[in-house]
Amino acid sequence: MKPTESESVGGEFSFETTSSDVEVTWGERLRDFYEEFIYKPGVVAWNDRRTKIGGAILTVYVVMAIASLFYRQPTSNQAARGLHPFTIWSAPLGSTASGEDVLAMVIHATPSMLIMIATGGVFATGVAVVIGTVAGYKGGLIDRGLTSFSDVMMSIPGLPLVMVLAVVFEPTNPAIIGVLITVNYWAGLARAIRSQVLTLRENSYVEASRTMGASTPRILFKDIIPNLMPYVLVNFANAARYVVFTSVGLYYLGILPTSVANWGLQLNNAYKQAGALVGTGALYQLVIPMLAIMGIALALILLSQGLDRVFNPRVRTRLAGGSESTASETGDETTASNEVMT
Amino acid sequence: MNYYVERTIRALLTVWLVITLTFGMIRLLPGGPLVQLRAELSRQGYSASRINALIENYQNVQPDQPLYVQYFDYVTSLLQGDLGQSITNPNSVASIIGDALPWTMFIMITSVILIFAIAIVWGAVMAYREGSTFDMASSSVSILLGSMPFYVLAIGLVVLFSYKFQILPARYRTSPGVEAGLSVKFVVDALRHAALPIASLVITGAGLQALAMRGNSISVLGEDYVRVARLRGLSDRRISTRYVARNAILPMYTGFLTLIGFYFGGSPILEEVFTYPGIGYYLFQALENRDYPLMMGIFLVITIALVLSVYIADLTYGKIDPRIKSGESSEAY
Repeated sequence: MKPTESESVGGEFSFETTSSDVEVTWGERLRDFYEEFIYKPGVVAWNDRRTKIGGAILTVYVVMAIASLFYRQPTSNQAARGLHPFTIWSAPLGSTASGEDVLAMVIHATPSMLIMIATGGVFATGVAVVIGTVAGYKGGLIDRGLTSFSDVMMSIPGLPLVMVLAVVFEPTNPAIIGVLITVNYWAGLARAIRSQVLTLRENSYVEASRTMGASTPRILFKDIIPNLMPYVLVNFANAARYVVFTSVGLYYLGILPTSVANWGLQLNNAYKQAGALVGTGALYQLVIPMLAIMGIALALILLSQGLDRVFNPRVRTRLAGGSESTASETGDETTASNEVMT
Repeated sequence: MNYYVERTIRALLTVWLVITLTFGMIRLLPGGPLVQLRAELSRQGYSASRINALIENYQNVQPDQPLYVQYFDYVTSLLQGDLGQSITNPNSVASIIGDALPWTMFIMITSVILIFAIAIVWGAVMAYREGSTFDMASSSVSILLGSMPFYVLAIGLVVLFSYKFQILPARYRTSPGVEAGLSVKFVVDALRHAALPIASLVITGAGLQALAMRGNSISVLGEDYVRVARLRGLSDRRISTRYVARNAILPMYTGFLTLIGFYFGGSPILEEVFTYPGIGYYLFQALENRDYPLMMGIFLVITIALVLSVYIADLTYGKIDPRIKSGESSEAY
């Protein structure tokens, strides 16, 4: 008999009602949340050079996305043809052979890219957390089923699957593209989370919740998932980078609809005439989208590497000024794992 | 032994599921491949019975049969190695793949071996000099290289080495007119054509792997058994090769085999940039021309390559690392 299913529903006796004299108010809860998830990580993040640089670069892209609301759309013949960068003010980054403003092309590609990153990252980590925690916590037949399912999804090659699906469905909405790209990316992450949950579920506070008759979802949300947040956030950044690489690659190949602005399309247009560009010094048409892609990927790598430290409890307590006794333990932070396998 | 049987069954199950998935995608999607193909053929003025015969030839399904018969036909012909007939190419899907696959494998396997050789040495040196200027600079360089998608570097290399300096060829597997065979001329020519694709994978891939190796080595260096080995007065050389290197490399082994599969998946972009007719190039061509039999055939082959490499990794990992136990917890809450 599973203890989780013997939860008392009647309300005549419950552990929660007995503790009502020390009930936390919503205000306190919000303040706790602010302390735990915004203030302390913020302090540590600001102390880590990697997250500082990564955050700064990412801010540039957000500014670009906002600027795209006000800046003109790229169309042909809006500027003189083949302008080099930094020659005139109306098209600071130059123009293409068909007279499109390169800056406008770069800027207008940003909002949909950010939407793709966000939805892809949320989808991949969200599915991975649900499947990984349930499989790891429940064990037995459910674990076996979910693990086999993730194994199968993991074994299907990501990019070709996405290519085939993109051709069949021809998605245009960036949010859908983001989900499509991570359609099986979550599987590897779910496996990793499962193995972490296997150790977490043995903790005494989890056992305490279980004996008190808390429901499985409650245990997962209150006891298990908060412990996984650091890992999940690091992998959110990794998933986001995967979305950038894959989506730009798909746009470059022309598999996703070519009617929108994207750095991959710029890259494709420039590369098709690369032979002609070399002699004329017009390589900026190739370099500018490359820089745009690399910038956002760099920001995401730096964030994922830095966040690894942000959630290391020792570093965090020390920097946020929580405890004096741990201040001397500096040796541990360098061993923060660098799992950055692509 | 039980573990091996279970693992084999799981690998076969995955391949079967992917076969079923491809069948489902070809057959069941509204407005999917078969519907489009039929519309295309009837536009070209074929009669209804002729269209059915053509579709049977292309895809090994008889559209007028009930669904389970079609499925059975599809699976049995796949098991016989018959992947159908390409629509745009006069050759059968199986012969196209047979011609292209060795070239892709050559590029991918060479690249991954190079990536790991570089990553292990570089990462170990970084870990050994942890905190030094070399470590800082190397970490920064690895992150910078890792932020570059391989196709972006590939484009850069083509522009630089093929167009600007004109040292290395920009496209194809070999120069036209060079006969395949074990002659020096052929080998040198093939290597020259493979140099840029391999370089773009290795340069962008090695950095992040080196960082992973660095992390592994640093955590091994902190282990008790390394301290004990030092106290026992073992030589530095013995400690670094027997104690640190072995334990730091072990976790990377699975990554090694799965990375081959991962790069196989990335081959369409790489081979399109270099116009290198491997399976990725044909997959891209098939997608562009809506050549569904070829597309699904290559998709299956890439999947099998990936399943196989993960399978080998799982089976051999226990042999390499004796600590791995395959026992699974059956405790349920």
